[in-house]
Amino acid sequence: MDAWTLLSFGPEGWGDDIARGVLVTISLALATLPIGLFIGFFIAIAKKSPEPSLRLAGNIYTTIFRGLPELLTLFLVYFGVQIGLQQVMRLFNPDASIEINSFVAGMVALAVVLSSYSSEVFLSAFRAIPNGQYEGGYAVGLSNSQTMRLVIFPQLIRIALPGLSNLWLILLKDTALVSVIGLADILRQTGIAARVTKQAFLFFGTACLIYLVLAILSSFAFSAIERWAGKAELHR
Amino acid sequence: MSGATGNVAVVDRPPPAARGWPRARIVGTILVGLWALVGIGLVVYMIYAWNPELFARYAPSYLSGLWITLKLVGISIVIGAILSVPIAYARMSKNRLLNALSYGYVYFFRGTPLIAQTFLIYYGLGSFRPQLEAVGLWWFFRDAFNCGVFAFSLNTAAYQAEILRGAIQSVGRGQWEGASALGLSKMQTLWKVILPQALIVALRPYGNEIILMIKGSAIVAIITVYDLMGETRRAYSRSFDFQTYIWAALIYLSMVEILRNAIEWIEKAITVHLKR
Repeated sequence: MDAWTLLSFGPEGWGDDIARGVLVTISLALATLPIGLFIGFFIAIAKKSPEPSLRLAGNIYTTIFRGLPELLTLFLVYFGVQIGLQQVMRLFNPDASIEINSFVAGMVALAVVLSSYSSEVFLSAFRAIPNGQYEGGYAVGLSNSQTMRLVIFPQLIRIALPGLSNLWLILLKDTALVSVIGLADILRQTGIAARVTKQAFLFFGTACLIYLVLAILSSFAFSAIERWAGKAELHR
Repeated sequence: MSGATGNVAVVDRPPPAARGWPRARIVGTILVGLWALVGIGLVVYMIYAWNPELFARYAPSYLSGLWITLKLVGISIVIGAILSVPIAYARMSKNRLLNALSYGYVYFFRGTPLIAQTFLIYYGLGSFRPQLEAVGLWWFFRDAFNCGVFAFSLNTAAYQAEILRGAIQSVGRGQWEGASALGLSKMQTLWKVILPQALIVALRPYGNEIILMIKGSAIVAIITVYDLMGETRRAYSRSFDFQTYIWAALIYLSMVEILRNAIEWIEKAITVHLKR
């Protein structure tokens, strides 16, 4: 069979399976992104606070999750949470057994890793905003949270955008690891196709090209967003 | 006059800010307390789950796994550093073709997951077994460790080329012009003027790249290399004891932390002349 038949969407081809894998990869990345950024933002706030204990707590978090290999974090979440929940369930029901959804496990592990990286991006963006912006906010009578929401946050996002787009690309690539715990993403689907058809180079090459296309598409999207965010600068 | 000096002594400073219990401090203390609980829980778990038999059985294999990981990362980083020089040169050259080729190379290896690249080389090159046997390279690609080194070297070469290029371009044009005014050749300028300055800039990204490689090297466990991660997976699949993963986490974490602190120390040592 030639390569085009194998990659086609017909009954002979693997195109539809791979397309489903692409959807899984994209939805995993999209589901992880807001959670990771949300947690990362609060960790950045903790790390820039004048309160030493908050800073310490934030730094411990980033040190741990930036130091562990992503694959190991994934296994720790997948097996660790499973065992932990099982122990808890055993208290109530001695022969309960729990299977964790690999999508959820992947989402949690990737969100934890993403949040520790994004906290650094947010932190350096916070440092780029001069103190006068806060003082100006307080001077016109805004409360702490209003200043954050109305004055600081819009500027912060614009400064952090290049770093965040980088993190998105890293996240997209890291989703490939989730294939190891059995989630049917791009790499898993192409791997199955490779094993069945014995055309490993073709299928893994296709997987690489799909990731490349996703990266190119996201960089287009990000340059559009950056242009849109940069418009505010021009108006001044 | 004496009145003026006397005034200095009685100047009123604002009282130190009251250190009560604002909300931030309460939250911070609770969070630190939670981390402390996690730490204590971990220690208690390790003591509770301590199994001398398990330790005696798997400690040697963890050590050999650690050695494989270090070997893999070390070899890949060195080969990647050698490969990165021509790639960085091509990226900076004015030749359109060289530029496009190196850009494509860097884009491919930075835009696709390392695990997919590793699979492509380990499983994918198996499709070309007859051809590889014909040119006498099959013995190399048959071994998973070699494939890992091959994939990691190509990958890190792309990243290192970008680091090198960024560092060289961060050195101002005036440095090149000054050196050429002194009659230094291009090569001499690069070696004696540009690189010493560029490497200071590059140190931190290089360090991060090594850390990324150490973390990324866990992937080779999937292609049946028994590195630290591979030994951990084997130990877990035999004993079903979760502490095997905790051990691996502690080892990886201490490796990365040692490296990070070493880089910080080196950076401090080589930028002494920049401190004022």
